[in-house]
Amino acid sequence: MTQVRKKIILLLITLALAGWPAAHCLAESGPESATLDRLANLYEAVNFNHSAHVDITEGNCAECHHHTTGAVPTNPKCLKCHPGGQESDSMACQDCHSAKRFEVAYLTEIESNTQLYHIDKPGLKGAYHQKCMGCHQTTGGPTGCQDCHVRNEKGDEFFHAGNFSPAPVAHNGGH
Amino acid sequence: MKKINRRSFLKGGLAGTAVVAGTAVSKESSASQSFGGYPDSMGVLVDFTKCVGCRSCEAACNKEQGLPAPDKPFDDMSVYDEIQHNGQKRRTSEKAYTIVNRYKVKDREAGPVFRKFQCNHCNEPACLTSCFVNAYTKTKEGAVIYDPTVCVGCRTCMIACPFYVPAYSYSSPINPVIKKCIMCYDTRLKFGRPPACVEACPQEVMTFGKRKDLIKIGNARIRSNPDKYIDHIYGEKEVGGTAWMYLSDVPFDQIGFNTHIGEQPIISYVKEFLTIVPMVLTIWPALFTGFHLLANRKEALKNEKPSGKE
Ligand code: SF4
Ligand code: SF4
Ligand code: SF4
Repeated sequence: MTQVRKKIILLLITLALAGWPAAHCLAESGPESATLDRLANLYEAVNFNHSAHVDITEGNCAECHHHTTGAVPTNPKCLKCHPGGQESDSMACQDCHSAKRFEVAYLTEIESNTQLYHIDKPGLKGAYHQKCMGCHQTTGGPTGCQDCHVRNEKGDEFFHAGNFSPAPVAHNGGH
Repeated sequence: MKKINRRSFLKGGLAGTAVVAGTAVSKESSASQSFGGYPDSMGVLVDFTKCVGCRSCEAACNKEQGLPAPDKPFDDMSVYDEIQHNGQKRRTSEKAYTIVNRYKVKDREAGPVFRKFQCNHCNEPACLTSCFVNAYTKTKEGAVIYDPTVCVGCRTCMIACPFYVPAYSYSSPINPVIKKCIMCYDTRLKFGRPPACVEACPQEVMTFGKRKDLIKIGNARIRSNPDKYIDHIYGEKEVGGTAWMYLSDVPFDQIGFNTHIGEQPIISYVKEFLTIVPMVLTIWPALFTGFHLLANRKEALKNEKPSGKE
């Protein structure tokens, strides 16, 4: 009797240990931080504090990584196809969310591949911002462009701001 | 390249009126069957539920189109409080081919709606059909472009456009021309690339693709989020369909859309007017009757709008 009990306990412990990394989706093995510099033509690179966000999401990787880390997706709609999560070869945003979402090659792929379910997957920039802003808006995180992105000179020029601000419009013109 | 400026056009036109007047009517009156858009034309699906009003799209358009410096920086959000002399929100102009406006909506959890606005690139553009010097072209890619060297600055298209898009450049009083969004045709669309505003948007408010695919995507979004979206893709059918289409989580009439515009292309209404256009130089009174009819039609549509509901 005690032997069986011991065995069951052992089994449970083994299962728990084996299940641990999947349930916590390797949060511990994720990067400390990531440098996001795709908008370097307008803004300084963003140093994304990954570990802080692991804490904020209480280690539930699915909050941002959907099913790709093997954690159960938070969006109930995903569960139909990925009920227990489904680990992917890569969990980097850019490996699923194309930085060339609207270029011909991508558009041709989603049009010609009739088996493809995810025809409306946002591109990389859209994925970042929709995820980040979506959460920041509801949790009180920063939402101003420059709260995360420090604009550089090129950016100032693009926005006609800073040193590139237009001269104030004169309302006392003589005509 | 053949250049027609205003003076030579008027001269040539006057000399040729006798011939034109005799032949034009029958030819033109058969040219108004429904068209429905090129099958593989491109479009943009704009989803207002995602817009945060950052104005990056306005800045991108300004740069791409080489437009004059704005009055205020593009990161200046006080423009959202601006009200024009006519009591309306900001509109597209010869200096800004696209504008984002803010609409306060009662009880909307996410706050105000930001609405980006530019030429809708109609399948059957009223600007094109109303232009009597044929300055406009609907390209197979879906863009409605125009040739400023042909434009005589008569402003018929301004009156004809159901969305009040074309603006008039006063910078050159001798040769004023129409200015509007061209869907970045010359620099991007022609080469299969997305418009500058689409690419600049951080939130991917705009999805660029084949128009027919965008309708699928739009319907799928509505279907998978029926509680969020209004069950309508604005522009799928309006005025015969437009290349730029819209999704919203608040009724379209609350964010400045004309929801009484109908599904008939404006061409059907201007058809009779069009038959007289080639004779325009001999029959000025008729031309102005045409202007008047067009203007009245838009007024009538406006007045049909139910009041209140604010
Ligand atoms: S760039 Fe995108 S999010 Fe920003 S105002 Fe324009 S449409 Fe909205
Ligand atoms: S929205 Fe107006 S200017 Fe643009 S294509 Fe349609 S009728 Fe022409
Ligand atoms: S499509 Fe091009 S021209 Fe039109 S609003 Fe966008 S950036 Fe401006």
